[in-house]
Parts: sequence; structure tokens; C-alpha cells
Amino acid sequence: MAHSDLVVTLLREPGNAAKLTANEWDVLVRQARHADVMGQLYARLSEAFQLDNVPEAARQHFETAWNLSHRHRLAVHWELLGIADTLALLDIPVVLLKGAAYYAANRMAAKGRLFTDVDILVPKSALDSVEQVFIRNGWVPTHLNAYDQRYYRKWMHELPPMQHARRGTLIDIHHTLLPPTTGVRCDAATLIASAQPLVGETELGVFKVLAPSDMVLHSATHLFYGEFDRALRELVDLDQLIRELGTEPGFWPEIIARARQLDLLNPLHHAVRYTHLLLDTPIPTEILNKPLDPKMGAVRQRVLDALFLRAFRPNHMSCNDTATLLARWLSYVRSHWLRMPIHLLVPHLLYKGVIAPRKKQA
Amino acid sequence: MILAQIPPSELRARLAHGRLALRVGPFRFSVASPFASVSEGMATLYPDFELAAEDEFIDFHVSVAPPAGMRRWVRPQVNFSFDGRVPFKPLPASQAMPMLEWGLNWVITNHAHQYLILHAAVVERDGRALILPAPPGSGKSTLCAALVNSDWRLLSDELALIRLTDGLIIPISRPVSLKNRSIELVRALGKNVVVGQACANTGKGTVAHMRPPTESVRRMAEPARPAWVVFPQFIQKSGLTCEARSKSTALVELVHNAFNYNLLGLAGFNALGDLVEACDIHRITYGNLEQAYTAIDTLTRG
Repeated sequence: MAHSDLVVTLLREPGNAAKLTANEWDVLVRQARHADVMGQLYARLSEAFQLDNVPEAARQHFETAWNLSHRHRLAVHWELLGIADTLALLDIPVVLLKGAAYYAANRMAAKGRLFTDVDILVPKSALDSVEQVFIRNGWVPTHLNAYDQRYYRKWMHELPPMQHARRGTLIDIHHTLLPPTTGVRCDAATLIASAQPLVGETELGVFKVLAPSDMVLHSATHLFYGEFDRALRELVDLDQLIRELGTEPGFWPEIIARARQLDLLNPLHHAVRYTHLLLDTPIPTEILNKPLDPKMGAVRQRVLDALFLRAFRPNHMSCNDTATLLARWLSYVRSHWLRMPIHLLVPHLLYKGVIAPRKKQA
Repeated sequence: MILAQIPPSELRARLAHGRLALRVGPFRFSVASPFASVSEGMATLYPDFELAAEDEFIDFHVSVAPPAGMRRWVRPQVNFSFDGRVPFKPLPASQAMPMLEWGLNWVITNHAHQYLILHAAVVERDGRALILPAPPGSGKSTLCAALVNSDWRLLSDELALIRLTDGLIIPISRPVSLKNRSIELVRALGKNVVVGQACANTGKGTVAHMRPPTESVRRMAEPARPAWVVFPQFIQKSGLTCEARSKSTALVELVHNAFNYNLLGLAGFNALGDLVEACDIHRITYGNLEQAYTAIDTLTRG
């Protein structure tokens, strides 16, 4: 088995566990650790009844990762209680995004996953009061220099991340899903209006989560407009979301209509293509056969395939041939290109590349 | 095959190409480094360790190597990396060997959560383990070196690995880390004591490592049941005091000495609870090694 594709192959076909050599297990664990998908891979192996095929030495690492993911769930729950307390007096809708939402809504995507921060979406009109109430309750803004503060507030879809002074935990407060500079006219008010209450959970009852199709669209948007530094983990999130939600009746017509309405056909196109190609995610054939994004011609698709299929490999030495390094770098450049028009991008990169390092030295 | 069976030139070549893999207690490490000080350090400190087989699963791939760019030549530096990731700031190149030892500690305490890990030395006699938990400066390592050069077996100098499934201590008999004045003190313990190259001006002062006794390394696969916890405190010119500690106080103190207690949650609490239940617990203060040795001998025979 080609070493560079080990982790993707095992995520797709956990049954291959029986065929791996000791050395391949060694490489697999390292790739999975670098891609931050140890717990998710453990879940796949367990669901496919493959744990007996995992040699003892490797299993130790997977079990530790799995236990760690449980610990993370407790930590996220505790953190959400603190956030709920903090926002209790504001009487605004608070929508959980990404990992915290997968956890709170009990989605399969939360299985084995680690969490780095909590992301929430609030109405733009409430942004100032939300920020104030977090500051009064022990959160401290990060990115304190004037350039970063201005940059976030003017061009980004979120406030500069805030960190809780005692717990050290991070929160990202979003007012929409994408930076306005992308030119995508994704209307956050619509998303908040369709957000759903949590089912059966009382303690976290103040929070909502995005409607199923919006949840998938956001995950796709985050990945394909993102910097690709954790691309495989995000693809695994998408795979799990689609596997779980895609079987609901009416899901596919709805998500396509929604993507058209929110101007997100392009990330949805990539999401179905690459989850299916790499992780064998079940997608209706009629959707795979015709590009969801009308602007996607055959040549463009081939170029993007060459780029993405490599860029999804873990950032680990076993995958770092020149072409993969180049693909990873191009994906990073592409994300910036998509997120900012050139007249903003050039001054921003100049500042980050030239001025900021000098200021640091001074 | 053990490391001592590799000729020095081959050891150096293996390290340079990342082809040196050792069994160290329950783990297998692969170590890469182009530095002569590291290949000499490995030869001095790890001669009795078994090599991992060619196709064996390796738990942790680490390296100590120069950073890219100018700092390879100008005031040379060394980076520790864990499978390509660099968790620390670089150190002066002369500290490559201690950095490897510190890096290995970091790798274990950050990943081996199948154990409750205490910051403690552990030694064993007649199948029963004595845990010496202590903050730096308490004389724990010096005392540990003295004990293992008499009739105790070294289980670990820094990390007590307590297996969550059965509460046994899993040996990881790596070199004993010594600082400043304890280096000479330990060198003087006997003819058989081997202490590696001392390395001055580190963040902890002058440091050196003592080679673990051959017998301890050979018996590294034998776990031991914890029987005593002794909190040592070295105070210059002090006499010997020895007092029993309550199990509840000890539990709280051990929580502070644990690396991954929080992370393990209930499993960590249960493991520590079982540990203090099973152990006799004392605190000793001492002014010289003989006092401490005698006190421990009395406590553990009585």
C-alpha cells in the first residue's frame, strides 16, 4: 500500500486493517496523529469490527486518543455551560458552529473528535453587547495589536478570538460564515432564522444549531475557503455529516436549493466530490454526474483534482514529496485568494510578511 | 541485540540516518541525530538497552538536530523534534544530549495516557516499589542514584508510570538526571557508577546523566506493586526527620505531582486512591545521603 495514502485508505476502508504490516501501522499512527484524526479513525475501526486486527502496540495509541476525545467532550460541555451562563441575560439567539455543534446535537461527526475552541454565531446587531458581556465575564481578547484588531473588525466574519483568563479556553464569535471580502453574499440572518433547538438536552437548551443542510454547507465552506491546514480532519467531519444527514428524506434537493440561495454551490460541489472520491461518502449518482457549480468546466476540475487530492494528505514526512508540498502551498494561497480581493490581499501579505516581523524584533 | 554491540562508527551512522530504534520500557523510540555528543551520550548512557527489530512498530520518532538556516553554523543550536514537529525553542548545540532526555520525558508525559504519570523516582526491592515524588531541588534524583547503587532496582528516575488497569508500576529505567553538586556526589558513589558528559550553563545549571544499572535495564519488563510513598526533602546540614503522612494529604500532594491527572478524570482519581490505600506514606528530611538511605531502609524493612 502506498505510504502517502495510508490514513485516507484506512478511513475509507477500515477492513484493510487486517492487511497492514507493523511498519505500515507505524506510519498510519503518525499520519493520523498529524492529521488529528486518531479518535475518528478508532471509531471507524471499531464500527467495522476491526479492532482485533489492530496490533497491541498501535492499539494503545488509538485507545489513548479515544479516551482523550471523551475528556474533550466533558471539557466542551463544561465550557458551553459557562458560555450559556455568560449569555443568559442577553436574550439573543446563539447558534453553535462546528465541533461544539456536532457535540451538542449529538452528531456522529463528534465521535472521537478533539476540540480546539468553541465557535458561536450571533446576530451582527448583537455583536457589541456579546463582546462586552464576554469581557465582563473573564474572557480576554487575543490579537491585541492595532493592525490585527482593525483587520478582524473590518474584513472578517468573526471577532478576534477571545480566551478565558482562567480556563485558557478559546471562543470564536462569528456574525456570519465567510469574510465579507470573499464576495459571497451568504446571509447570516437566514441561517439564524432556520437554526434548530437542541433535541432532548435541557442543560444546553439556550443554544441552537444550524439546520442540517446549513450545517453541511458551513462545514464545506469552512474547509474549501479555509487554509487547508487541517483539511483531512474537516473532510472527515463532512463525510460523517453527509453519511448521517444525507439519508434524511428531501435532504439533497433542499441542500442544493439552499446552496443556490446562499451562494455556496461551489463549496458544496467540492464537498460532495472530494468526500466521495477520498472517503467513499454515499452521494446520489445524479448529483455526482453533473457539476453542482455551473462554472466548473472539465479542465478546471482536473486542475483542482490534482491540487486537492494531494493537499488532503496529512502534513507528515511520509507524504511530503515535492508535488504534495506544492499542492499544500497552492491550496493555502488559493484560500487567501478566495478570501480577499487583490487590492486588500497585497497590503495584508506585505504587512504580515514584512512589517509585522520587524515590529516584533524592534 | 543491545546497543553496546554496535561499533561507535556504526552507531553514529545509524543515528545520522534515523535508523537507531530502542526498546525503552513499554515504548519503542527511534532516535535521529547528527551530533557526535548524542552518539557518545547514547553509547555511555544506553549501552544495555535492546534494539528494536527492523520492522518493529515504533511508538515515538524523535530527533535532535540543527535547525535550518544560519544557526547551523553561527552559534550553533539544536532543535528537538517529535516526528517532524518542534515543541520547544532551540537550545545551544552543546545541550543536544540533555535536550534529547528532556524531549523524551515530554513525549511520554504528553502521549502515554494509558498510565497515570507522576513526577517521581521509583525504585524496587523484593518485588515492592518505593515511590519518591518530589519537586526539583528536593534531592530526589541523587537519592534515587544512591538507592539504585545499593540493593534497589531502578524503575524510573523521573516518571512513575502507573498502569490504570492494575495499578502496577511499569519500569522505564532511563538515565538518572543529575544537577550541579549532585553530579560529583553520585560519581563518588562507587567504581561502577558511570556518569555521562556534564553539560554546563543549561536552564537547570550544570546537568549530567547517570547510566542506569545493567541489572535494572535487563529487568525492565518486570513491573512492581507500589508499597511505599516517601516524600524526600534535602535540607543542607539538617538532621534526619521522618514522619508518617495521612493518606488524604498524600493524595492531594500526589495530584500536584501528576502530569495527566486532570486528563484522566475519574480513572486518574481511582488510580491515585488505590495507590495511597496500598502504600505506607512518609515524609523525610535529611542532610546527607547516608541518613536518607538508613531511614528508607528502616521504613521499608520494618
